[in-house]
Amino acid sequence: MDYQTMRTFADSWGLLFMVIVFVGVIAYTFRPGSKKEADKISRIPLDDDDAMDGKD
Amino acid sequence: MKFGVETIIVGIGAFLALLAAAFAQDKAFESHMWVLFFVLLCAVVVLLRRSSFTTAGAVSADADTSGYFDEVVKYGVVATVAWGIVGFLVGVIVASQLAFPDLNIEPWFNFGRVRPLHTSAVVFAFGGNALIATSLYVVQRTTRARLFGGNLAWFVFWGYQLFIVMAATGYLLGITESREYAEPEWYVDIWLTIVWVAYLVVFLGTLMRRKEPHIYVANWFYLAFIVTIAMLHIVNNLSMPVSFLGAKSYSAFSGVQDALTQWWYGHNAVGFFLTAGFLGMMYYFIPKQVGRPVYSYRLSIIHFWALIFLYIWAGPHHLHYTALPDWAQTLGMAFSIMLWMPSWGGMINGLMTLSGAWDKIRTDPIVRMMVISVAFYGMSTFEGPVMSIKAVNSLSHYTDWTIGHVHSGALGWVGMITFGAVYFLVPKLWHRERLYSLRMINWHFWLATLGIVVYAAVMWVAGIQQGLMWREYDDQGFLVYSFAETVAAMRPYYILRTVGGLLYLAGGLVMGFNVLMTILGHVREETPIPGSQPVMQPAQ
Repeated sequence: MDYQTMRTFADSWGLLFMVIVFVGVIAYTFRPGSKKEADKISRIPLDDDDAMDGKD
Repeated sequence: MKFGVETIIVGIGAFLALLAAAFAQDKAFESHMWVLFFVLLCAVVVLLRRSSFTTAGAVSADADTSGYFDEVVKYGVVATVAWGIVGFLVGVIVASQLAFPDLNIEPWFNFGRVRPLHTSAVVFAFGGNALIATSLYVVQRTTRARLFGGNLAWFVFWGYQLFIVMAATGYLLGITESREYAEPEWYVDIWLTIVWVAYLVVFLGTLMRRKEPHIYVANWFYLAFIVTIAMLHIVNNLSMPVSFLGAKSYSAFSGVQDALTQWWYGHNAVGFFLTAGFLGMMYYFIPKQVGRPVYSYRLSIIHFWALIFLYIWAGPHHLHYTALPDWAQTLGMAFSIMLWMPSWGGMINGLMTLSGAWDKIRTDPIVRMMVISVAFYGMSTFEGPVMSIKAVNSLSHYTDWTIGHVHSGALGWVGMITFGAVYFLVPKLWHRERLYSLRMINWHFWLATLGIVVYAAVMWVAGIQQGLMWREYDDQGFLVYSFAETVAAMRPYYILRTVGGLLYLAGGLVMGFNVLMTILGHVREETPIPGSQPVMQPAQ
């Protein structure tokens, strides 16, 4: 595989793949109902400490 | 016998180092192998002294493996503080060497050898230990699982310290690949690869045995840091040694490909070591210290992916106006400018986590440290894209402006968030009611902030003056200044810069004392900071 083949692949299918993945990530993050779940996850660090069951 | 296998392996390693010293192909490699031999010999002695010769069936007192594995985190925090002070001290030394060239002591302690010692000490020894220690702490707390792999975490910690010692002594002996932030030679690189894979196994294994269904965003950043650094390190260090018992190796790439590989590595070392890893730190320790969840969890996900997708392309901005094809330079510039957005996404998220608790900046010196850190993150991630613009870069490149930019990011963002994390962790890890002194954090804060401001402001002026002097033509088309004249013009700035560094070092020493006294169990009697209340736990 020479340089030209690689870069043609990179700036066509490679680029398309990256864009789709990136847009997909954003769409998934803003899917309906994600806010409630995100708020729940964001509290993970606040619930823990020295005991593994999450209680002090 | 506890540590039996470990002691034997380290002993064999020491013997092999001795053999390598005996059959070395060059003087530098021989000296370096002697260093390795003595280091490993000391390790054998220490291991033997700590061994207990109870039978395998007997359960020793410290064999409790039910809770979190914090012992290695404690070592990591101590190493962070110690290496930090060493790194800042070496920084002050190299700054003094530039201001007073007589301080260059041939051959081991001249600027060319001590400068990489400084960069590696602060980036890899201070920053790296901070990242390893905090990541191992955070991943356990946010997954509610003990570290995976048992003693493997110890191997990661000690293996990494060995890497630091080998890299540092190698530089002083004159062993270098001459690649920015990747100076260690091939055999030290191979060792780091082994340690790093072990680190990845510990981290991933812990994630896999998590009891929390979701992976908290701090772990995403830490994982991105570990995986990407592995990839960058391996590709940039592809090289062929001249001899397997010699220090010298040659890169697998040549010419401009080599330069681009190096700066793809170099810029992503900034992006994934000094940014992604420390963002992981920010996403855990700021919510913890403030007692509030992160401002927008979804923003953290968006800016995580945007950062990952964009950063990897920004490297070519280090090669503006070089043999690198023009389109590649422009590509690097475009991606660097786009990077501004995800960077500020992180900054906004960190700062806004304080919304509703802004008074804590006044009353809690640890929060203040974290906030100034995020503020510096915002400043330097704005300055970076500006400097990557070709027109600006034609003035700023190769000047001290770049040095100022790096230090506002490293001292401001990386340093301050690490100090915040250290101050948070030490009382927790050693089960102290509070730190030895909260007022000393205030001292540290102001010494460090003043140091950075002096440093960065002086380097801006120096850099712009330097850039303007280099490009000054007279009406006949001749350069107005010789290079030596531009060097001489820098002297007052270099002296001032040393002062800035000294202030920052002083702050580091205050931290070292405070941390040491806390570990020893002392509590300083002092009037509380006005407005502060005893720290309350959030109601369950």
